[in-house]
Amino acid sequence: MERCSLFYTDIVPHNHALGLKLLDIGPAEAVVELPYADFLVGNPETGVIAGGAVTTLIDAACGSAVILRFGRFLPLVTLDLRIDYLRPARPGASLTAVAECYRATRQVAFVRALVHQGDKSNPVASAQGTFMRLEE
Amino acid sequence: MSDTQSSPTLAELVLQVRKSREYGRLTDAIPYARFMGIGVEHLAGEMLCRMTYTPKLIGNSFLPALHGGTLGALLECSAIFELLLQTETQRVPKVISLTVDFLRSGKAQDTFARAFITRQGRRVANVRVEAWQDDRTRPIASANALFLLAEP
Repeated sequence: MERCSLFYTDIVPHNHALGLKLLDIGPAEAVVELPYADFLVGNPETGVIAGGAVTTLIDAACGSAVILRFGRFLPLVTLDLRIDYLRPARPGASLTAVAECYRATRQVAFVRALVHQGDKSNPVASAQGTFMRLEE
Repeated sequence: MSDTQSSPTLAELVLQVRKSREYGRLTDAIPYARFMGIGVEHLAGEMLCRMTYTPKLIGNSFLPALHGGTLGALLECSAIFELLLQTETQRVPKVISLTVDFLRSGKAQDTFARAFITRQGRRVANVRVEAWQDDRTRPIASANALFLLAEP
């Protein structure tokens, strides 16, 4: 957990700049929080967080799930990411991504994620992505 | 901007910026665009987005490379600004779904994006976006996004 938390310090400057926090890990699962902040607002009329920040939250959580699945630090690249917004995010509340790497081959890993605001049964977004190991 | 006058609503601002092309006024009104250094520029007759490089955009310090999320953010912001400035919509469109392909790693430098509205209906718009750095014919990321447009 501590070693994986390194990805959320200034070792990964953009995760750190957004304020992402690693809340929990499993064998191939990562739970990451994006605390609400005024600088993340994408719609000043509603106060809703910008989709771009949610994309970064999902990318970071999915990447961590892949690292946990492989069980060691590997240089990774995101190949693709698809995000469906299931309902509008509530302004003022943090967003939590739960990512699971459900299949990994030697080179490619498949990940899915759900983003919620406290109630897992009522998610804000659902995502699916593929990652690739860089050659060592 | 002067503080003595009440600041315009976003809808008013969008209408003003469509005419004046002072795009900085619109991107300044969106906190996340300001934080990310994403702005709109009119270059050689087309509207582009630029994400100005700063170290806080880095995802991998060893390469170094831009965080994948920042490229997703640039593509999505670019699509939103295209819809706000080129269509009738006066409210920030809501993203329904976004699919991003990461084609090459982003270097520690400014990144550009250009959005194309591929279909615009009354309620939904499809937008395709490409992002590049040195060479426009070698995009580093592309996206297809679906947006829900606010009722006029």
